[in-house]
Amino acid sequence: MNYAVTSAEEGGFCRLMKHRAVQSLGWAAGGIAILAILWLIGGYFIANNPTTKTFVKFGLFPTLEAFPELWGAGKIQNALAASGFRLGSGLLLAIVIGVPIGILMGRIKWFRDFTNSPFQFVRMISPLSWMPLAVLVFATWNGSIIFLIAIAAVWPVMFATAAGLAKVDPNWFKVARNLGAKPLHILTKVIMPAITFDVLSGIRLALGVAWIVLVPAEYLGVTSGLGYAIEDARETLSYNHLTAMVVTIGIVGYFLDSILVALIKRYSWHRGG
Amino acid sequence: MAIRGTEIKIQGLTHRYSSRTGVTFNRVDLVSPPGEALAIIGRSGCGKSTLLHILAGILKPTEGKVLLNGTAITAPSPRWVMMFQAPHLFPWMTVSQNVGVGLSFGRWSKEETEERVTEAIKLVELQDFATANVQDLSGGQQQRVALARSLVMEPELLLLDEPFSALDAFTRSSLQKDVRNIAKRKGFNIVFVTHDIDEAVIMGDRAVIMAGSPGNIVHELDIDLPDPRDRHDTAVQALRTRLMATFQEAANYKKPESATLAA
Repeated sequence: MNYAVTSAEEGGFCRLMKHRAVQSLGWAAGGIAILAILWLIGGYFIANNPTTKTFVKFGLFPTLEAFPELWGAGKIQNALAASGFRLGSGLLLAIVIGVPIGILMGRIKWFRDFTNSPFQFVRMISPLSWMPLAVLVFATWNGSIIFLIAIAAVWPVMFATAAGLAKVDPNWFKVARNLGAKPLHILTKVIMPAITFDVLSGIRLALGVAWIVLVPAEYLGVTSGLGYAIEDARETLSYNHLTAMVVTIGIVGYFLDSILVALIKRYSWHRGG
Repeated sequence: MAIRGTEIKIQGLTHRYSSRTGVTFNRVDLVSPPGEALAIIGRSGCGKSTLLHILAGILKPTEGKVLLNGTAITAPSPRWVMMFQAPHLFPWMTVSQNVGVGLSFGRWSKEETEERVTEAIKLVELQDFATANVQDLSGGQQQRVALARSLVMEPELLLLDEPFSALDAFTRSSLQKDVRNIAKRKGFNIVFVTHDIDEAVIMGDRAVIMAGSPGNIVHELDIDLPDPRDRHDTAVQALRTRLMATFQEAANYKKPESATLAA
């Protein structure tokens, strides 16, 4: 009898979850559809206005037609590979630098007081304003772009890590030490699992910033990547290629963000969060 | 899981938090034989929790030393483990993972860890919850996990700092009996701090009363009662009354200027 009740409850729960998943998928599809309709209407007005008629390829259908063409020529894949390498390297650098410094900021008060003002000062400088300096300092364009991404992405990672650590229950350290934990154990078994949620949230913010910095950084000098592909399409007046690349940026950015959202959900131990 | 008891010797123990603060307690001497369950009772501020933290190696004494079978306690060790007032479990872990966390700090094989964790979970009767996240457990169950996490280390000395004070009366009573039973079965020492006279009588073999400022041990009382102990038993109630009277007498204790210890 109990089993029957449990099964019924489980069945109800599954149905509810499925219902919720279908509902959110419906809302998302609706939002995208509205965006597509607005684009379609915009395209219609561009096509029917003699002064903007030359830009007709910005419309939805010419853009959709450009995708197989660009994919067949390997342009999307090449651009994604080049941009992905720069984005991945820059983000990795931001994580490798940001997480340890964030841990020190969260754990050691004098270090936090010592670094807070200079970090806040540097953080406020627009990442793209480092571009001339980066071009001078780094021998390659890739090096400059990776630096720009890293300097833009390091702050959210660093401050989210520090904020996460500030919330960690100090009693966990006491318990761990009481059970014989060494500093490395405290780092790997207590600090890192406790702040994974915050670090990943910081990385998610950093990804957004890095993605924004990547494209304008690629407008200069380089001959590969999404930014370059957009600039190249503009110069060759291939407007549907340009919009197809812009849409690709949106899709890939959304996909990467979704991966991080899934990771945050997976590693979050907060209940009701 | 075989655990040995240990002889605890506290010699001339004095503590002050800093040169600007007063002395917490002054020249405390105490001996606890192997396997004894020792209750430390006293009013707030007499230094009993500080004494327990020194026994755990979490705090350092200003003067004096604590010896466990001749080994001086100077730092935390899996040989002497403290159980705190709140369980402070790691919320990202399951019951098993929390229980085995202390072993993961040492060099234990996977098989040995699993064996000891399973046994510790069985001791606290949480077998059905081994894979559950600790956030899904009640307060009493969480405190049982904290107990298993201490027991899995097979300590010679288990220190308890008012470990059941936040629990409801039924859970508290059940855990008091369980801890005593496990300690007697395994043979390790317990030193526990409590405000609760009943808890001292149910769990302890001896109670020492701390009082004064700076604090010191002003009385002690053997709790020579057979097991299992029932709080409604006449002998338990008589001892409780005696301990209460001693406690109240201690509350009026005024430390003489030159006195260092009253036993």
